[in-house]
Amino acid sequence: MADDNSKYAWPAESKRAFIGKRISRVDGPEKVSGAAKYTYDLHRPGMLYGKVVRSPYAHAKVVSVDTSAAEKIPGVVAVHVILDAGSEIQWAGDDVVVVAAVDEQTATDALRAIKVEYQPLPHYVDDFTEPKDVPESSGPLMMRDIGTMLENQVPDPQIIQTVQQRGIGFKVSDGLVGRLRDNKVSEDVIKTLQSATFKEPQPPTSPFRKETDAVRGEPDDAFKQSDVISEGVYGCPVITHCCMESHGSISEWTDDDHLFARVSTQNVSGLAGQFHDALKIPEKNVHVHQDHVGGGFGSKFQIDRWGIYTAQVSKKAGGKPVRYMLERAAELELAGCRPSIFAHVKVGAKKDGTLLAWESHSWGTGGPGPAGPPPMPYVVNIPNQRKGHVSIATNIGPARAWRAPNHPQGCLVTLGAIDDLAAKLNMDPLDLILKNIQLTAPQNDQFHRADTYRDELLKAADLIGWKQKWHPRGQGTGPVKQGLGLAIHTWGGRGHESNCQLTIHPDGSVDIRMGSQDLGTGTRTCIIIVAADTLGIPMNQIDLKIGDSDYPADGGSGGSTTIGGVSSSTRRAAVDALSVLFDKIAPSLNAQAGDLEAVNETIRVKSDPSRSISWKAACAKLGTQPIQALGKNPGPGDLISSGVGGAIMADVSVDMDTGVVKMNKMVCVQDCGLIINMKTAESQCYGAMIMGIASTLYEEKIMDNNTGRMLNPNMDFYRLAGIGDIPELVVHMMTGPGYDERGPIGLGEPPTVGPAAAIANAVANAIGVRVPFLPITPDRVLAALSVFQANQGGSHASV
Amino acid sequence: MDDLPDKKAKKRKSKQSSSNSGLSRRDFLKITGASAAAPLVAGAAAIAIEPPQAAIQGPGKVPITLTINGKKNNAQLEPRVTLLDALRDQFELTGAKRVCDRGTCGACTVLLDGKAVYSCSVLAIDAQNKPITTVEGLGQPGHLHPVQQAFVDNDAQQCGFCTPGFVVACKAFLDQHPHPTLEEIKHGLSGNLCRCGTYAGIRLAVMQAAKAGKGA
Repeated sequence: MADDNSKYAWPAESKRAFIGKRISRVDGPEKVSGAAKYTYDLHRPGMLYGKVVRSPYAHAKVVSVDTSAAEKIPGVVAVHVILDAGSEIQWAGDDVVVVAAVDEQTATDALRAIKVEYQPLPHYVDDFTEPKDVPESSGPLMMRDIGTMLENQVPDPQIIQTVQQRGIGFKVSDGLVGRLRDNKVSEDVIKTLQSATFKEPQPPTSPFRKETDAVRGEPDDAFKQSDVISEGVYGCPVITHCCMESHGSISEWTDDDHLFARVSTQNVSGLAGQFHDALKIPEKNVHVHQDHVGGGFGSKFQIDRWGIYTAQVSKKAGGKPVRYMLERAAELELAGCRPSIFAHVKVGAKKDGTLLAWESHSWGTGGPGPAGPPPMPYVVNIPNQRKGHVSIATNIGPARAWRAPNHPQGCLVTLGAIDDLAAKLNMDPLDLILKNIQLTAPQNDQFHRADTYRDELLKAADLIGWKQKWHPRGQGTGPVKQGLGLAIHTWGGRGHESNCQLTIHPDGSVDIRMGSQDLGTGTRTCIIIVAADTLGIPMNQIDLKIGDSDYPADGGSGGSTTIGGVSSSTRRAAVDALSVLFDKIAPSLNAQAGDLEAVNETIRVKSDPSRSISWKAACAKLGTQPIQALGKNPGPGDLISSGVGGAIMADVSVDMDTGVVKMNKMVCVQDCGLIINMKTAESQCYGAMIMGIASTLYEEKIMDNNTGRMLNPNMDFYRLAGIGDIPELVVHMMTGPGYDERGPIGLGEPPTVGPAAAIANAVANAIGVRVPFLPITPDRVLAALSVFQANQGGSHASV
Repeated sequence: MDDLPDKKAKKRKSKQSSSNSGLSRRDFLKITGASAAAPLVAGAAAIAIEPPQAAIQGPGKVPITLTINGKKNNAQLEPRVTLLDALRDQFELTGAKRVCDRGTCGACTVLLDGKAVYSCSVLAIDAQNKPITTVEGLGQPGHLHPVQQAFVDNDAQQCGFCTPGFVVACKAFLDQHPHPTLEEIKHGLSGNLCRCGTYAGIRLAVMQAAKAGKGA
């Protein structure tokens, strides 16, 4: 029995007490009442407040730093220079000096007394203008370039290819390898770096770096065979994460060598290693804690420079707790940056819509380092391709992973180009995608991906009324024109490494400890659902604690890896603990342990439920000895898989006189394997659509070429969607046979991918012309319309 | 616009009055900037901006009393401290959050005299003598306010950082609109922002709370 991994398998639908039901999140009451404490909310005894002097220049050298006057201000406890004279600054807002004072007002006064002299250097923040005169050789990759790719979660094969093509301009020391391992960089990437060709680094002569130049199949022949070729330009700017709780931490030294850090993070278990690298203290001496986090979206995996200098200034202040949370402007300038994409695309097809050829020339920026080219063509794998991508090194601040890194960009460009092709063919884009649906099947397609996409598209079409409402592009009537658009998307989402320590106590209570974190996705609730379902007890009988580095380590919550990880480790822990309990009580029920089941606070014989014992009475038989089990992921039994799809459809109205786009309705049809909690799963999809509306219609990190600074680092002018911008939203989760047996797969990323393409396509369908670049603001709509009307009959425009 | 006769007349008039006082607007600003406490016996314009009888507070700490959730709280605060920072840093009421810190996002919403205000944009010293209700005062786990319960039931929260502000804004909105339409909800709650995208749940929550008839 102990070797039988089938005991871990997910319960059949008829046996599920909680899994897959609609269950309110367990920390809801705390969150709605202000009782939930975030890092920003904590006050430690004697806590000091941090404030930071930031560079007004996007590119500069620090010439001198004078903190003497600030140090004399009563109430200023410590001043720490982060960037000494001689340091080079690569983006505006970079952190130069941190001050710790008894209150924020005093810290603010101290900043004014600090004198920093800079030598401004030329900056480059233009990622929109198409690169010209791109050097053939980009020179070797520097460590910063590798860091940017890792931060943006560029897939390993792509990083490896880039390293092999360009070589590296730095030495791979043992210390560096250790740091890479601390940051969970894959052994394949580390090996590639160790064996990479060293090339002497040269000062860059151009901000442009050629990244991809790839040909697949026979694109030239395929374009010749094409009856119709559509050409267009597409793109979206850099956007910023704008977490409601800004990045930051509270650090205190419990003695000279022990750090206690409370951090707003997506990566509780992973931070000690990062502190170790930066502060040279043993990892085991770093204690990290977090109860709640006010948003991350991919931007909170690292301790970051501010986390390190908060610890350093705390040490200077005699170890006293120092809280430093980024000011809103810094949060928007520094702590969030989704890479941009701009692309010229050519697509060729037969008259009947059979897709033959793809050509794209794209560019974009991930800040100083390359963010990797987005996957293009996206999902619809057109057989013959030619692709080139140039990354632009800019002084706009470093890229950070943003939900489904690079996928929304690739989806926008690909599905936009296919939509334009459909218009040129006078075809319904839904029919065109369905005709080419086999191109969506990945290699080794064990889960019938193409069939799933077809089912999802047809379901979405049904929910939005596609057949009734769709009209050929630009054929709507009246001054306010309605349009429909669609997109499909994908993501991996396999569960990460996870450890669950579960204890059954003799009084019948159960506690669980895990070093994971709940980003607001409902992780806590899902862990308790799995444990309660497995043990056959009510959810409120389980005491769950997460968010502490003293608990068994768990993966960072990114890339939709959490649900698969924590649900599997919890399932294994609960099954193992229950097996021990069954062994203990089987004799008293005159049965074999393997014949028992735990249902409804009762342990009973499967074949004869009348032979039973209550959960409490069973646990009482443990005497003084609790049962403890450590469940792991990966572990015995195959509980999870990877790879999901989904379809998004949007219904918009556009006022042809004002250019204002209004959302009418949006539909998300999504698969993610076995759903643990239907309520929070749907919330992920609602949230993804709403974020998608914001990034498509409103969001842009606007950079000023003259000053090199972000022009809108505040929430007045960095616009998020408000409640009034949100239309009717419909979510349909694909469940049941064919899905459930795949086990839980992550959901945070995939539904965030398609909305931009679906909305942009709907706008084109409404007004008759492509608005090439996001955000689709009224001025861009009107500009696209005026170019279109000037060249009557043209199929695209650029603004 | 400048050609409108009455505007023109007004302009002339104000010019006259400032020249009568012997002070240009620029001079006035210089004086107030150099010494705000200096008594100004100047023209009408100056008196309108800074009444001579205004009490001067600060810049050091002054005693401040706030009535929060029915309880009087005393603290010594600089007059520049906002109500939000006073609530959070002095009285450990951290339900109201600091997010945009400039009156845009509504995460700091509290009730002042029964009305929803952005507490980041109100000075603590100006919030004295009026009842203040924070999200903590509406209800706590175990005895939630119907609006709070509706937020839980409809999953109108993800990370939860904007949630307390939204809850308070919804309570104030329902006090004014006990039977709101969808359009009224879209309008009435447009002063709060959420990043995770919980608006669908919030709409349902407001509807549920209104139906319960206990929004007020």
